[in-house]
Amino acid sequence: MKVTLTVNGKQVSRDVEPRTLLVHFIREDLSLTGTNVGCDTSSCGACTILMGGESVKSCTVLAVQADGAEITTIEGMASADGTMNAVQRAFQENHGLQCGYCTPGMVMASYSLIKENSNLDEAAVREGLEGNLCRCTGYHNIVKAVLAAASEMGA
Amino acid sequence: MTTVQDAVPGVIGTRVLRREDPELLTGEGRFTDDLKIPAALWLGVVRSPFGRAKILSIDTSAAKAAPGVVAVYTATDLQSEWAGPIPSAWQVTPDMKSPAHYPLASGSANYVGDPVAVVVANSPKEAADAVGMVDVEYEQLPAVVDLEDALSDRVVIHSELGTNVSYVWELNPNPDGIKTAFDNAAYVVKERYIQQRLIPAAMEPRSVAVVPSPMGGDYTVYSATQIPHILKVMLGLTVGISESKIRVIAPAVGGGFGSKLDVYPEELLCLALARKHRLPVRWTEERSENSQATIQGRGQVQWIELAADANGKLTGVRADIIADMGGYQQLITAGVPLLGAFLYHGVYDTPAYAFKCTGVYTNKTPTDAYRGAGRPEATYAIERAMDALAVKVGVDTVEIRRRNFIPTESFPYNSPAGLVFDSGDYAANFTQGLNFAGYDALRKKQAEMRASGSKKHLGIGISFFVEMCGLAPSRVLASLNYSAGGWESATVRILPTCKVQVVTGTAPHGQGHETSWAMIAADKLGISPDDVEVLHSDTAISPFGLDTYGSRSLSVGGTAVYIATERVLDKARKIAAHLLEASEEDLDYAGGNFSVKGSPEKVLPLAAVAFESFTAHNLPDGMEPNLEASTSWDPPNFTFPYGTHIAVVEVDEDTGKVDLVRYVAVDDCGNRINPLIVEGQVHGGLAQGIGQALFEEAVYDETGNLLTATLADYLVPSAAELPSFELDHTVTPSPTNPLGVKGIGEAGAIASPPAVMNAIVDALSHFGKINIDMPASPEKVWKAIQATKA
Amino acid sequence: MYPASFEYLRALSVAEAISMVSNNEDAKFIAGGHSLIPLMKLRLATPSTLVDIGRIGSLSYVKDEGSQIAIGALTRHRDIEISDVLRSKAPMLAHVAGMVGDPSVRHRGTIGGSIAHGDGASDLPAAVLALDAVLVVEGPSGRREIKATDFFKGFLETALGADEVLVEIRVPSDIKAWSYQKFNRRAQDWAIVGVAAVRNGTTRVSLVNMGATPLRATGTEAALASGASLDDAALRADEGIDPPADLNASVEYRRHLAHVLTKRALSELG
Repeated sequence: MKVTLTVNGKQVSRDVEPRTLLVHFIREDLSLTGTNVGCDTSSCGACTILMGGESVKSCTVLAVQADGAEITTIEGMASADGTMNAVQRAFQENHGLQCGYCTPGMVMASYSLIKENSNLDEAAVREGLEGNLCRCTGYHNIVKAVLAAASEMGA
Repeated sequence: MTTVQDAVPGVIGTRVLRREDPELLTGEGRFTDDLKIPAALWLGVVRSPFGRAKILSIDTSAAKAAPGVVAVYTATDLQSEWAGPIPSAWQVTPDMKSPAHYPLASGSANYVGDPVAVVVANSPKEAADAVGMVDVEYEQLPAVVDLEDALSDRVVIHSELGTNVSYVWELNPNPDGIKTAFDNAAYVVKERYIQQRLIPAAMEPRSVAVVPSPMGGDYTVYSATQIPHILKVMLGLTVGISESKIRVIAPAVGGGFGSKLDVYPEELLCLALARKHRLPVRWTEERSENSQATIQGRGQVQWIELAADANGKLTGVRADIIADMGGYQQLITAGVPLLGAFLYHGVYDTPAYAFKCTGVYTNKTPTDAYRGAGRPEATYAIERAMDALAVKVGVDTVEIRRRNFIPTESFPYNSPAGLVFDSGDYAANFTQGLNFAGYDALRKKQAEMRASGSKKHLGIGISFFVEMCGLAPSRVLASLNYSAGGWESATVRILPTCKVQVVTGTAPHGQGHETSWAMIAADKLGISPDDVEVLHSDTAISPFGLDTYGSRSLSVGGTAVYIATERVLDKARKIAAHLLEASEEDLDYAGGNFSVKGSPEKVLPLAAVAFESFTAHNLPDGMEPNLEASTSWDPPNFTFPYGTHIAVVEVDEDTGKVDLVRYVAVDDCGNRINPLIVEGQVHGGLAQGIGQALFEEAVYDETGNLLTATLADYLVPSAAELPSFELDHTVTPSPTNPLGVKGIGEAGAIASPPAVMNAIVDALSHFGKINIDMPASPEKVWKAIQATKA
Repeated sequence: MYPASFEYLRALSVAEAISMVSNNEDAKFIAGGHSLIPLMKLRLATPSTLVDIGRIGSLSYVKDEGSQIAIGALTRHRDIEISDVLRSKAPMLAHVAGMVGDPSVRHRGTIGGSIAHGDGASDLPAAVLALDAVLVVEGPSGRREIKATDFFKGFLETALGADEVLVEIRVPSDIKAWSYQKFNRRAQDWAIVGVAAVRNGTTRVSLVNMGATPLRATGTEAALASGASLDDAALRADEGIDPPADLNASVEYRRHLAHVLTKRALSELG
């Protein structure tokens, strides 16, 4: 079945098997391998992308369901000249990543969380990231990074 | 070439942002599964659904006929591919019993997830489809799950061994002393603790891709591994390919925690099948596969006994543990409990010490190193037992520790287990930790809450840990029958334009070695870390190395970088002396410039020396061109980081739910190269240790079925379950290495489980004696409270 | 991780959706897919045909109809969570929708999908049960209404016919006294036990994960109706109920949690 999506601002069309998960479409058909697969139960959030500007777990969406959607992956977050966005920068500045595997999903979920909430405090960030697992950082610096990015993006 | 370089202040000890991050933050970083490999075949692994079963027959015909399937193999089909079994590098006793273990099980399967057949297909989807079509007929057999049941040999898993006991390892340097201590003790504490099995759950599942050059006979192995160097050797020996024909590359690796410190069936299968099919062969693990087929951690029943005199001063410590090997031996399965064998007396001075470990097979996934490996187990036992001793003696948990600390003046400390603790000031660190946490105020608050009749109970838990890390002095490993050494290598090159290459044998997978190793070299050379490149995790670039685990990378590998840098600078000094027409002794070096003492106008930047060594136009007689130095550094001793950890919990009496409200850690890892990274390591270790205390357990039913195979059932904590951590530190440099560093990767995971559990017991101490094992699930806590009321 | 193959059909109207599943016993509807796709990835569900109803735009709405609020079945959890109408007129539903899964799940999952899936461990089925909601379903012969009390039949089994689509959820407006108590170990997880309580004249209490379906705590309701104390009423929360045991809770502990959480919910009603 043919699907057409806008991914990181570019329109793409591909023929896919209906069983193709959006994450596999992104990784395999579009070669955008920044989006990772960390589990098979929609628990870990490593595959989080933006769909219509909102975070979704791309392992729990069929590519055919996303037909026509506007998708942003981690590759679409920095500006064209390579400047990282506020969330990405804050993750580096606050050492919010170690192995980097959960990081793309964490950045996307954080971006969505910040966009949806004007008054984030620590508790709200922690609750807001409940669906994204990280095994390296203990979340301490991720939470700091999200709060820093939120204050920059809100300013 | 006479421009004097601006002085760069020392970078060691500063919070340099990680150079690894931009790639990982933008999707540019490449993990193994991200690699585009044309024409690759994909493996799908057929795994035993039973803990213990006889394999009666395997019908591969339907799978072979499925779309996209190239081949299906069973153990019999691949028998001739193996030059040896899956390697087990640690024969801990001469009579240790190990079953034969090959990549595919034949005859019987011995854990859920044991590979019994492999599908080779054109795509991962087709491989997954075909796995379901392989028809294996099993006869399910009674399984051995419980460790004490395993010990009874009621059912013997590997009949050829005649027993489930793999080995008994004992350390009893002073049997008379132990007997006397317990005979004459004023107080004896005897406690039984359970170290539940844990699933390491690195966020990146394992992945491997082998690309052959069939005509040249070379193989490039990409693997999500912590041990590219060890893997290369083991792959060669096991698959029967010359080591020199194998190149192992660990691309970006998404966490390991010990689970990628192994040689796995799938790595061996990909290599053997790439050879057989003369095509690239690859495999990526699914999460529910990871839970079954990647090693698990811990898994012990621990008995610990303390003998103390009338003042609560320890006179003897005796530990007797049963350690769960799982179905087979993996790389260092048998040795993991022994990494804790010397530390069951913790930070406490005791004249007598004994330890015994019995390793047993069970029908579960093999165990192996998981963050801390042996040392969390030891720390847990002694730190919980010290709290039990405090209750018995009738003193506060703080006081019992103060009475027993190894005195500061006794360092280097000859431990009763035979180690030499390098350096420490436990009492000072402890005081700093208590003050930082506001211990007295917490006790006051606890008393107030109890007086108010609140059904929320505040608990304060203390754990003071020491670990031996910096694995390892090779001679000590030899005495433990480990089949490799513990050194680490480094090469430092100053390129013609004064850019520096550091080549390391460590294999980072989240620890930030590129940043820290650049800092070490830059600091020594007085240049900017930005001018230092760090190369690693590719055996063609870094031929010698022993990789990353056991909090060894900085104290062993970082030291190697330091020494190689020192050597290259020595050579540069010789060239500079020649060019400046001065003697070496008369040269100063600072900020990237050589200068002649007393003649400040005679200055030569390192860049000029680098270029001169490249052109080789004017070198001292007999001097070889180029600035390059290598070293393989074998540490003279382990390092011994330590620290005070304090957990504060609130326990809901009605539901048993534990809320971790504060966590304070005051670690001493010696000198800190990059505090930003050090803190990050502590945070991550804490989350895993707290996970062990409160959430995580690989649960098996009585048939050996794993009930927690997904991340929906295996409870890796999220941000919502954890507090922000409160960190402070002390610095007692290690005399073991010139950097004075100790290691920090495992500290959090070692110290936190007993801190949290002691806090829970403390919170409920007014109900009576609380018996509880990890993980302290709400139900267990609730039941422990009910038991005091019965 | 790779679902088994299936045929995919996209319905643009309810009528089309119904016609697509008729004569195909093995077909399943998919909306947000957050109940179904996880099962398909582990191959615990292998439908031969998926009929995607997610694009029937007319089924995503929240309408204030005076004494009732009508919610389109395809309204996402996130839209329910932040709906001004629901927050002011049926705040419990908005609150409970905000506790489903995690934010990314709530961006895709729909209220209709969650209710039609009928999982006894889910939050929203128990909430609509406590709210005495009316579920509007449409089939080949038109629409019918099913009371939430009559909707949940067994493990993942509802009163929906194979060729019927849940199209609307109607909940009473202006219920001010409510409580939802969700007990779990991690925020993202299903409730180990949950309790929804609503007072609207009488008090209705429903339980999450105490059985194969969401259940009414009839013992508690009867006790309250006969004037029992909150404590006594709460202790009857599991009356006539046979709760499951799993990794997180034994039968005994589940019963205890039902008592504790019911007491908390009733206390919160005031």
